[in-house]
Amino acid sequence: MKWPLIRYLPKKTNFRFVKSAKFFATLSILCVLASFASFASAGFRENPIALYNAAAGGPLEKLGAVGSKAFNLGIDFQGGTLIEFTAPFAIDLSRVREYADRADVGEVQVQNFGDDTHAVVRFENQPGRDTNEAAEAVQAQIRLAVDSVSFQNVAVVGPKVSGELFMSGVIALGLAIVLMLVYIWFRFELQFGIGSVMALFHDVILTMGLLSVLRIEFSLTTIAALLTIVGYSMNDTVVVFDRLRENLRKYKRMPIAEVIDLSINETLSRTIITGLTAILALFSLLYLGGPTLFPFTFAMIFGIVIGTYSSIYVAAPSVLLLRDKRRSAGSVAPEAEAQTSG
Amino acid sequence: MLQVARWRVILVIAITVLGILFAAPNVMPQQMRDSMPGFIPTRAINLGLDLRGGSSLLLEVDTATLRRQRLENVADQMAESLRDASPRITYAGRGVVENAARVRLLNAADAPRAMESLRAIVSTVESRGMGGGSPDIVFSQVEGGVIEARLTDEALQALSRDAVARSIEVIRRRIDPTGTSEVSIARQGDDRVSVQAPGESDPELLKQRIGQTALLTFHLVDDQADMGEVQAGRVPPGSMIAPPYSEGSTSELVRRRPSLTGDSLQNASARMNSQTGQYVISFQLDSAGARVFCRLSTEYVGRRFAILLDDKVLTAPSIREPICGGSGQIDGSFTAQSSSELALLLRAGALPVPLTVIEQRSVGAELGQDAINAGAVAGVIALLATLAFMIIAYGTFGVFACIALLVNGVLVIASMSVIGAALTLPGIAGLILTLAMAVDANVLIYERMRDEEAAGRSPALAIDAGFGRAMITIMDANLTTILAALILFQFGAGPVRGFAWTLSIGVITSVFTAVLVTQLLIALWFRMTRPKRLPI
Repeated sequence: MKWPLIRYLPKKTNFRFVKSAKFFATLSILCVLASFASFASAGFRENPIALYNAAAGGPLEKLGAVGSKAFNLGIDFQGGTLIEFTAPFAIDLSRVREYADRADVGEVQVQNFGDDTHAVVRFENQPGRDTNEAAEAVQAQIRLAVDSVSFQNVAVVGPKVSGELFMSGVIALGLAIVLMLVYIWFRFELQFGIGSVMALFHDVILTMGLLSVLRIEFSLTTIAALLTIVGYSMNDTVVVFDRLRENLRKYKRMPIAEVIDLSINETLSRTIITGLTAILALFSLLYLGGPTLFPFTFAMIFGIVIGTYSSIYVAAPSVLLLRDKRRSAGSVAPEAEAQTSG
Repeated sequence: MLQVARWRVILVIAITVLGILFAAPNVMPQQMRDSMPGFIPTRAINLGLDLRGGSSLLLEVDTATLRRQRLENVADQMAESLRDASPRITYAGRGVVENAARVRLLNAADAPRAMESLRAIVSTVESRGMGGGSPDIVFSQVEGGVIEARLTDEALQALSRDAVARSIEVIRRRIDPTGTSEVSIARQGDDRVSVQAPGESDPELLKQRIGQTALLTFHLVDDQADMGEVQAGRVPPGSMIAPPYSEGSTSELVRRRPSLTGDSLQNASARMNSQTGQYVISFQLDSAGARVFCRLSTEYVGRRFAILLDDKVLTAPSIREPICGGSGQIDGSFTAQSSSELALLLRAGALPVPLTVIEQRSVGAELGQDAINAGAVAGVIALLATLAFMIIAYGTFGVFACIALLVNGVLVIASMSVIGAALTLPGIAGLILTLAMAVDANVLIYERMRDEEAAGRSPALAIDAGFGRAMITIMDANLTTILAALILFQFGAGPVRGFAWTLSIGVITSVFTAVLVTQLLIALWFRMTRPKRLPI
């Protein structure tokens, strides 16, 4: 048995990534489309056309109504009240529901949180009712329903704030992607920038698609996770691009597809080791972080996997797509042709 | 690069030692920290509200009320300005409608002259961003003899900012009268105040204290009005019906304009009336207030006056004799607690405008502790897993990476302690993620070395080239993460901002440790062993 393990990883692999790029590109496009389908249909749970028709207002408002169902929005973005509480014994959820209904705050969601001694009550803002007063009324009812209850986490987000939080989240994501494009453009070339941004969109859309299908709560921390995924995916792409740029200079005569393959292969062991370490570290958080951090960690792990995949199958091949013509018509052609014909 | 310059060695050692020094308070028990001599840092990481428990409130000033108050003021100024003009400009009425103050001139022909005269009450407000100022009021002629004044956006913003600043002062006096607690009260945007109270504070009590404007006013009771008329809904002009504050008082018909306001209040305290055994609030007026009160009570002996809190009747006693000492007492059926709460509010002064709670979050200390424990366990496991993985994967060089990683951990904790950035639950996740990202720099360097050695270079050259070439990639890769973290910091709130802090600090320290610390260790190892082949 040889040690360290790195000796088992071949120093040079020769996978033909570009060759299978067409297949994976199709797969990626299908996944992106499926994600959009999920956004439109509340995670494949509702008929988008029926949703659209049922909504009030003009076409834009109708689209907005369909879009608002795309995710299981947390109270950060939807507004409303969340009350998390615990008791020294298993909490009778139906009793809590019965009492909470007496506060007359519209539909009240009651569920366990983590285990059966913890529960969480959620409800939306009621138009025309003071949100704080409603939260107090429900808390009073829960006190009646559950003996020796202790409130662990109470959050009340007014409708104005939730809208602003949502907008700032969207702006943050958009700005991050634009900044990355500019950075890569500046450090590399425009084609590289476009390629990496395509990979970013790919990663963000697929992660959001998964969150939509699985109805995992979408909150402020989810935005943080998405932004970190953007950072990680970019990090990964930059490593591949960096090698690609170097190899393009080094092997001026090699067809670009081969240079791309070579670059991905050369960085492959790093890609795998770093990805594995990140996932390894996050897995302990997935199990121990409790229900509060679960959506965050889950999104992050998926994002790291997809970010690694996209550096190889989205970012690099799109450079091929964007750059192919220039290279074959330009630097390689005259000299190479002269040699082969001669 | 195997010849490491002396200053670099010193730099690495100095930073590591400083890091250990500043990180140490986090593992010391409180007692030990207190007994340390002064020059040793004792600041531990500042835990966010989600980890230590506590409440945070986001309050918004009521801009509609603010605007109305200001417009009423403007209407008065307009009237005054017209009276002072020579020759005097007569007006038929003034008032506030929707978003404007209006005066109706008796003679529409006076309008141009009125506009000229009104110009004097316009003042300039500083507009933000651009230099110079802009007017606070814009006048226009609506129809014939009606002149309308509207507040400019800049004026409204300045009003909000001013109201926020004054509110912050009042809130501080209310919830932190002794100035000892760790409550943070800060402006957010133009018209918001965020209040963060760590620890096991009661969010309801907090809201009660902040939620009240607590404006104390003294009004004469209007007992000349025909009660039948009033009950039929015809309240005489200049009077208003004030509802009771609590069950112990009754609603009263009072003069709309207060004779005296809480601004003249110098002190207020709760005490028990020894004769009746009831709790009362005794107050002290300043000299100007005392003079007004003296004149008032002399003039209206036998009549009743009402003491209102936020336009609700606390009590409405009759004046038995002139009160000229400047002190008095309020008895409304108080309990020990409600009287001392109210006295506190009165001492702190009234809020300039009502505040509404638009966001409230409170986390129990117990949940916070659970989160810390879970985070700590997850962090340790993640660290051990990463360490083990690196050693298994890279052997000797893996050990170097592990040492660098540990130094990195120390540096992150030290930086967080020094900066005072709050560690939040997502922040712990950020720390764990940076663990993995920190390893990335090492991996990049080692992979480069492997490549260079495979290309036929000697170990020394391979090491040199490995560091040199990987550096470009490491910089590019980490700058992108920093960019993402900066955006998070700009747009994120609360816990998310904590995440951005740990992520960016972690990235910066990881580049330092993965490059410089590792380099030092490898150079040392190389000198000692002079290997023929790299062990990777």
